[in-house]
Amino acid sequence: MSVPAFLPRPQLQRVFDALQHLGYRIVGPVARDGALVYEDITSASELPWGVAARQDAGSFRLEAGAGERCFAWANGPQALKPLVFAPVEPLWRMERKGAGFEVRMTQATCRPTAVIGVRACDLAALALQDRHFLGGLHADAHYAGRREDLLLIAVNCTHPAATCFCASTGDGPQVSRGFDLALTELDEGYTVAVGSPPGEKLLALLAPAPATADQLERERAALHRAAAAQTRGLPGRQLRDVLMARLDHPRWQEVAERCLACGNCTAVCPTCFCHAEIESASLDGATSLHLREWDSCFGERHGYIHGKQLRPGTRERYRQWLVHKLATWHDQYGRSGCVGCGRCITWCPAAIDLTEEAAALCAGAA
Amino acid sequence: MRRCRMSAPALPLPVEIVGRSEEAAGIFTLHLRLPTPEQRAVYCFLPGQFNMLYLPAVGEVPISLSSDPEDEILGHTVRSAGRVTRALARLQPGEYLGVRGPYGRGWPLQEAGGRDVVIVTGGLGCAPVLAVVHYVLRRRKSFGRLVVIQGVKHSRDLLWPQAYQEWARQPDTQVLVAADAGEPLWPWHVGSAIPLIEQAVFDTDHALAMLCGPEGMMVAAARALAARGLAESAIYLSMERNMQCAVGLCGHCQLGGKFVCRDGPVFRYPEVKFLLERGGL
Repeated sequence: MSVPAFLPRPQLQRVFDALQHLGYRIVGPVARDGALVYEDITSASELPWGVAARQDAGSFRLEAGAGERCFAWANGPQALKPLVFAPVEPLWRMERKGAGFEVRMTQATCRPTAVIGVRACDLAALALQDRHFLGGLHADAHYAGRREDLLLIAVNCTHPAATCFCASTGDGPQVSRGFDLALTELDEGYTVAVGSPPGEKLLALLAPAPATADQLERERAALHRAAAAQTRGLPGRQLRDVLMARLDHPRWQEVAERCLACGNCTAVCPTCFCHAEIESASLDGATSLHLREWDSCFGERHGYIHGKQLRPGTRERYRQWLVHKLATWHDQYGRSGCVGCGRCITWCPAAIDLTEEAAALCAGAA
Repeated sequence: MRRCRMSAPALPLPVEIVGRSEEAAGIFTLHLRLPTPEQRAVYCFLPGQFNMLYLPAVGEVPISLSSDPEDEILGHTVRSAGRVTRALARLQPGEYLGVRGPYGRGWPLQEAGGRDVVIVTGGLGCAPVLAVVHYVLRRRKSFGRLVVIQGVKHSRDLLWPQAYQEWARQPDTQVLVAADAGEPLWPWHVGSAIPLIEQAVFDTDHALAMLCGPEGMMVAAARALAARGLAESAIYLSMERNMQCAVGLCGHCQLGGKFVCRDGPVFRYPEVKFLLERGGL
């Protein structure tokens, strides 16, 4: 890989220009409705300049940040997941023909999309979703169509939130793989590292100067501080055996009394993959769309089987969510399903903290 | 036995219903014929596998195959229980529904060859395991003894009562039936079916057991079989879960780290023993 380059701040717009020149649709962070959301943007001026975000359990507040940065915050409620695993999407369309019917696959037309501002936790989550949707015997064509031609311009995290714990899961704050370009925001601009041939091609259009030794040293120091600033963490990266041995721990009941079973945690979780398939018929029943939409293990329909709930109470449902995320994910994909983004903590209306629950459940384990 | 491969996993294939038989109140079999000779040649399955049956504008439901894998007509025995199966119950020959599959892991019939086969089922809806009874009886010389143990709540819940009498008359075949509550003239045992496992005659060193039914019953049956000396690795069971995609993606059928639709629905007992014994997962 080549030496990291440097782009002075006023030249960030040139990244947008180059992406547009290459035909990309650009998705990036925008401060809107009191949150940071990823949506279509066309210019660097739309980025959240001078914005900071204060996150805590059950709380997300935008604030004026110190200085003139646009990535001086950790993450919003979601980033990559809705772009590849759509919240709702048709799988096929049915049309009646005579006595029978026809079924055709519906495929979203996807323009090559560049996402700017992708964090290390989101790249780690994307790698997990890739394994789930594309790694098996039946690769999912709908996910594959959205995933293809996705150009990822990552930003190393220099301002972790109080809810972040990616250092403890080993997924951040610095991006390590799965990106095309990786930026680190400094006071005067951005260091740029190349992660792939498309990223190299994009960077060549920008013809930047190499980063100076001083800039690289400040980058290193900022990332070191970002990791050191994280106070939350999981009690280990391999909690499978401890949790499976504690399925009757009294803490499950205790947390169930606080949990509203609203499913916010599963909606903001960048690795949660559960989805329901539903049939949406026209009024006359002559045509219908077979849809899939995000589903949650906290909902009524998740564990339903002909007249019976396999997991009837919040205790069983919270246990399913946490045990899947931190324990049985190891069986499925060889690692924990948690990338330390902290979203489930921030966006829980009851301020339930996954790291606190995991610590209580695993307390005293060797 | 033919090696099975997936035929049409992504989209349902419109298939004509060529026959329908009534099995019992609310239980019926739909007989389906794939449209082209090529499709019929490619499609093959093992008993224990399932198809997703798609009723246009209504939805999909996983239904195991109840016909013999060598028959060209595919049988699906359905119990009218939920929204989609109640709509399936109204279908008649000449109408169409969609089929995608077969999915999942079927019964280990190749491994069972030459061995005694012990089948333990509980309750209604054990079409997956009844297909095995028919399979074995049709190829009687390829297997050792056949023991069929069936438990029902009430004697009137026993589907196909004549079939059990008929099987009991076959060579090297033992049939043990129990109802928790019996009616007058009930010829079988009254009580739980699990103690009947004591009476089953089979060679524990050369036998394979296949279980189907409520999870608590399967755990009890597996323990009773193990107590008889059958290795736990020779005990197989079929799990039921909410399945929507059938290919291990939608997440509803997870049992611990397993996706029942893809890794099952037939499991070797040790694979799921811990999870089953616990329950609530």
